[in-house]
Amino acid sequence: MANILVNAPKTAKRGDVVEIKALIMHPMETGFRPGPNGQIIPRNIIEHFTATWNDAEIFAIEMSPAISANPFISFFAVATESGKIRLRWTGDQGFAVEEQVAITVE
Amino acid sequence: MSTRRHFLKLGAAAAMAPAVVSAQGAGAGRVVVIGGGFAGATAARTLKTLEPKLTVTLVEPNPVYTSCPFSNSVLANLREIEQQQFRYDGVKRAGVTVAETSATAVDVDAKAVTLADGNRLSYDRLVMSPGIDFNWTAIPGYDEAAAQKMPHAWKAGAQTVLLRQQLQSMQDGGLVVMSVPANPFRCPPGPYERASLIAYWLKIWKPKSKLLLLDAKDAFSKQRLFQNGWAELYPGMIEWVPLSQGGKVTSVDPATLTLVTEFGSHKAAVANVIPPQRAGAIAAQAGVADRTGWCPIEPVAFESTLRPGIHVLGDAAIMGGMPKSAFAANAQAKVCAAAIVELLAGRKAPDPILINTCYSLVAADYGISIAGVYRPTNGQLADIPGAGGVSPLEAVGGLRGQEALYASSWFRTITAEVYG
Repeated sequence: MANILVNAPKTAKRGDVVEIKALIMHPMETGFRPGPNGQIIPRNIIEHFTATWNDAEIFAIEMSPAISANPFISFFAVATESGKIRLRWTGDQGFAVEEQVAITVE
Repeated sequence: MSTRRHFLKLGAAAAMAPAVVSAQGAGAGRVVVIGGGFAGATAARTLKTLEPKLTVTLVEPNPVYTSCPFSNSVLANLREIEQQQFRYDGVKRAGVTVAETSATAVDVDAKAVTLADGNRLSYDRLVMSPGIDFNWTAIPGYDEAAAQKMPHAWKAGAQTVLLRQQLQSMQDGGLVVMSVPANPFRCPPGPYERASLIAYWLKIWKPKSKLLLLDAKDAFSKQRLFQNGWAELYPGMIEWVPLSQGGKVTSVDPATLTLVTEFGSHKAAVANVIPPQRAGAIAAQAGVADRTGWCPIEPVAFESTLRPGIHVLGDAAIMGGMPKSAFAANAQAKVCAAAIVELLAGRKAPDPILINTCYSLVAADYGISIAGVYRPTNGQLADIPGAGGVSPLEAVGGLRGQEALYASSWFRTITAEVYG
């Protein structure tokens, strides 16, 4: 189970620009590194991150092996309506985790 | 890169040839040392011991030096601040002239240092050991005024006493919050020794209290030894929050003693903020500090790669694998002093091998250590693999108690050698 931290405001005024921060514990193994036995350690990275606000995609990134372990993501969005912000990380070896936070827009 | 360094060295050696003649004529040369900490005081003393004909001036504004090593024991009431304090009488007896003022500018072209008292010192070789300064803009809210509310205590003295007073007047059950910067910084195991000794003191006097350690890193020096010690001696008292758990402090509010991270905020009863650091300000003025704020040097005589003729020692310098410690500063200063004597005589400085040991106390009678051996490798001071070592994870036969004794013996030895 991945360890996830999310920081988003619980409330916002309509039209406000809000910052959403997320940190996930993940090794981001590059696939280029030999292990103690001399064999290359298989690549294990997060490939995609998407954020949706009430099912509308508001932010997405594609990650590469150059991104370090435990990636920290911070982005901004305009508060439009109350609902759920859903964050989703997917990657190698069937990795898929999700976290959601509620936000009330007044 | 290596070609350029080689060229610089050759250039420096060639440029020195005529200076040597005049220096010998004038009595073996003049060396100015800026900063009287472990590096500077050792360098000044060793220079005078190795070559009594040298004129050595140590520029240091404080008549009393307050040592950072063992200052965490002051916080835990195991020592008094006066036991951390040393005067320069021994340095003066060794034949060093102490200029009790600060250096305000280095004129690299004229090879002269301007002092706050208006005097100007000419030199053949300059040693800079300015220690650290804090980056007061790194953590929003944390400036010099805030340090009176949330002490850093990372330069020993009044700040150490202030933090101890705050701990002593805290209610039992209060939350102590410490903030630790990313590498590099002065004394890599220092924050964890401090957390240990504060917990040691809390356990006796305020046992309902807790300590939260907010860290901008995911790993630290002697980590397993410290964490095992915490689990054994202070179960549930110290909580370490690494970078990947949101431990990096992004701002503070001194009015409410609040430390803010990317993912939350923590209100402290006592807050100890150790801010990011850089070389002492005079280093940037002299042009020996680079964009990182620290001073790149070559690894044989610790001569600046930016300003040949100026040697940089101790915490201010980028010493490759060597940590920023008093032990390291003392070792570097001896190597540098010997190298300067060789260089002033027109000879080449030999490749050095240096040793560092960092002792830490997890409790009053519980010591751990890490030792390393270093030599110049590809233009850097590199750790020699297989040399040195760390205290074993499983201690038998009273080893932790012995190491605590070794730690205090080391401190008595080094301070007697440098200041006694």
